[in-house]
Amino acid sequence: MSRDHVPTPKSQQRRRLLQGAAALSMSGVAGLALAQQFPTAKVNTTKLAVTDTEVVVGQLHSATGTMAISETGSIQAEQLAIDQINAMGGVLGRKIRVIKEDGASDWPTFAEKSKKLLVNDRVAAVFGCWTSASRKAVLPIFEKENGMLYYPTFYEGLEQSKNVIYTGQEATQQILWGLDWASKEKKAKTYFLVGSDYIWPRTSMKIGRKHIENVLKTKVVGEEYYPLGHTNFNSLINKIKVAKPDVIFAAVVGGSNVAFYKQLKAAGVTADKQFLLTISVTEDEVLGIGGENMAGFYSSMKYFQSLDNPNNKKFVEAFRAKYGKDAVIGDVTQAGYLGPWLWKAAVEKAGSFDVDKIAAASAGIELKTAPEGYVKVHENHHLWSKTRIGQAQKDGQFKVVAESPELIQPDPFPKGYQ
Amino acid sequence: MTFSDMMNIGLMQGFAGLSLFSVLLLMGLGLAIIFGQMGVINMAHGEFMTIGAYTIFAISHLTESFAPNLMAAYFPFAIAVAFLVAFLVGWGVEWAFIRHLYKRPLDTLLATWGLSLGMQQIFRSTFGPKEVSPTLPDWLMGSWSPAEGLDIPLNGLFVMALSVVVTCGVLIALYKSRWGLRVRATVANRTMANATGINTKRTDRLTFAIGCGIAGVAGAAFTTIGSTGPTSGSLYIVDAFLVVTFGGAASLLGTVVSAFGIAQTQSITEFFMSGSNAKVLTLSAIVVILMLRPQGLFASKVRR
Repeated sequence: MSRDHVPTPKSQQRRRLLQGAAALSMSGVAGLALAQQFPTAKVNTTKLAVTDTEVVVGQLHSATGTMAISETGSIQAEQLAIDQINAMGGVLGRKIRVIKEDGASDWPTFAEKSKKLLVNDRVAAVFGCWTSASRKAVLPIFEKENGMLYYPTFYEGLEQSKNVIYTGQEATQQILWGLDWASKEKKAKTYFLVGSDYIWPRTSMKIGRKHIENVLKTKVVGEEYYPLGHTNFNSLINKIKVAKPDVIFAAVVGGSNVAFYKQLKAAGVTADKQFLLTISVTEDEVLGIGGENMAGFYSSMKYFQSLDNPNNKKFVEAFRAKYGKDAVIGDVTQAGYLGPWLWKAAVEKAGSFDVDKIAAASAGIELKTAPEGYVKVHENHHLWSKTRIGQAQKDGQFKVVAESPELIQPDPFPKGYQ
Repeated sequence: MTFSDMMNIGLMQGFAGLSLFSVLLLMGLGLAIIFGQMGVINMAHGEFMTIGAYTIFAISHLTESFAPNLMAAYFPFAIAVAFLVAFLVGWGVEWAFIRHLYKRPLDTLLATWGLSLGMQQIFRSTFGPKEVSPTLPDWLMGSWSPAEGLDIPLNGLFVMALSVVVTCGVLIALYKSRWGLRVRATVANRTMANATGINTKRTDRLTFAIGCGIAGVAGAAFTTIGSTGPTSGSLYIVDAFLVVTFGGAASLLGTVVSAFGIAQTQSITEFFMSGSNAKVLTLSAIVVILMLRPQGLFASKVRR
C-alpha cells in the first residue's frame, strides 16, 4: 500500500453498499414472488436444506486421484448448468447453493461423503459419481437415507433405483446400434473384442458378443482383457494381426487407452487398413491419445462436441466462455450437464423438493434444450437418447457420420443378453 | 495363413518381446542405481519418470508454438533437457530429504511415498488432471515395413536404441570413471571409502541425482508409447522394483538379465493366453524364483 493512499470516505462506501443491495433485491423480486407461491413448508416436508431463498445440492466427484482425469469434465458441466439455472432465477424461486465434496478416487470415501451430504447437509439432490464402483458404493446409502443421485456416466446397466437418475447410456443403448451400424457399413463377418479387465468392459463385451453371435449371426474371433494400467499391447496387436478381424471392438480405459492407440498406430494398424469401433473414447480421451493416433477410427456415443444443432452451439459457447477456448467436451461431460436441468424440471413438475415426489415425477420429463438434442426420462430412470457414430479427426474432434433415426429406449436389464 | 505370414508374426512377436525388454530396462536402470547401489527405497521413482515425460510435453508445446519448423529435431534435445530437469530435482530432493534418512530405510520408504503424492499433486495443479500427449516428430510415428505384412514400430526401435545407449553409458560410467570408482567404493565399504578421502556425501548426492536423471530419460522415452498424466508414475513403479529386485539389487548386469527374462516371459505368454492370465503366470514365476533365490538372479559378491 502506498503511503499517500487516501481511504474511501465512509459515505461513499455506504452508497456502494446500498447500490449493491438495490441491485440484489431487484433481481430477486421475481424469484421471491415465485418462492412465496411455493412456501417452504409445502415444498419441503422432509427437512431438506431448503429455505425461502436457497436450496442446497451436493456435488460428489473425484477432484483428486486417478479418476480426476475423467471426472473434471462432469464437475465443470454440472457447475455450468447450476450457474445458468441460478442466472434464470433458480428453482421454484430459490437459488441453488452447491456443497462440493471430493471422493478422491476412493470408493469408501465416496460412501462416507455421500452420507455426510445426505445426513448432515440434508442436500436436496446430489450430482456425482463417475465409475460404477463409486456408484455401487453410494447406492445403499442413497436408498437408505432416501437421497437423489444424478449419475452422468455411460455404464454397464443391470441396475435401476428409485433414488438414481442415470443421465448417461446403459450398455445396450451404446453398443447394439453401434454394432448394427458397423456390420452394415463394413459388412463385417468377424469381430475382435478388447477391453480393460473390470466390470464395465466385461459386461459390455458380454452384451456385444451375444449381439454379434445371436442377432447379427456373425463371429467373434477373439476376446481379450488387460489389467487396468497395462501399457504394453504389442503381443495383443500381433494376436489381432493373426486373427485378421473385420472389426476391432474396443473398451480399453484410462492410461491403457493411450498406450493401446499409440502402439496400434506404431504397428501399422491404422484406419485405412483396419476398422475399429470403440465405446470408451470421447473427446476427453483423445486429448491424451493424440488425434493423429486415433484419426479415422470410430466411436459410439450419444454426444459429440461437433454435433450441429442450436442447443449444442449455445452449450459449447457457454462452456468455453467459462473454462477456456481450448476446453473439450466429451459424452459424459454433456450427460453431467443434463443432471441439474433434469432435476429442475422434476422439481417444477412435482412442485416440491421432496425426493419421493421428484422420483415419481421424473418419468416422462422431456428436455428440449439438451445439447445432444432431445431427451426424455424413462420409467426406469434412464434416458431415451439417440446413438451416434463419430469418426475421430486429427484435431481431436469427431465427425458425426451416423445417427440412429429414433430415440433408443433404455433397457438396463436386456433379455437374452445376460 | 501362409508360411510367410507366420514368419512375419513370429518376427513381430520377437520384436514385441525386445521392445518390452527395453522398456523394462529403462525403467529399472535409474532405480538399479538408487536402490541397488545406494540402498534407498525411492517410492517417488515413478514421479521422476513423469517429470521427464512432462518435460517432453512442455518442450513439444513450446516448439509447436514458437518454432514449428524445428518439430522434426526437438526430440533428442528434449530428452537431454528431461535428464537435466530430473537430475536437478533429484539433487534437491537428496539435499532436502534423503540425506537425513540414509540410516533409516523404512522412514525413507514413507518419506519418498509422501514425496510421490506431493509431486503428483504438483503435476495435477500445473498441467491439469487430464492426460496429455506431446506431438511427436513424424520420424517417430508409424512403422517400418521391410516386407509386406511385416511392421516394425518406429517408436519401439527408438526406445530400444535409447536403452542400449543409456545402459552402455551407465556401465561405462560405473566401471571406467572416477565417479563410478567412488560409487563402488562407497557401496563396498562406506567408512573405509571415507577414510581414503572419498567425499561419500557428495558421491551419494551425485549418484542419487544421476539415478533420477535416468528416470527422467525413461519417462521421456515412454511418451512415445504410453500416456502422460499426473499418476503415470504409479504405473511404472511396481515394474521397476520388480526388475531390480528380481535381478539382484546390487547388480546392474542382473537388472539387464531380469528385464530380458520378465519381458520375454510376459510377451510370449501374452501371445498364447489372455493378458490377465499372462501377468499372473509371469508374477508367480518370479515369486517362485525369488523363494528359491531370495537374493535375486545375480547376487553381488560383497562381504557383509
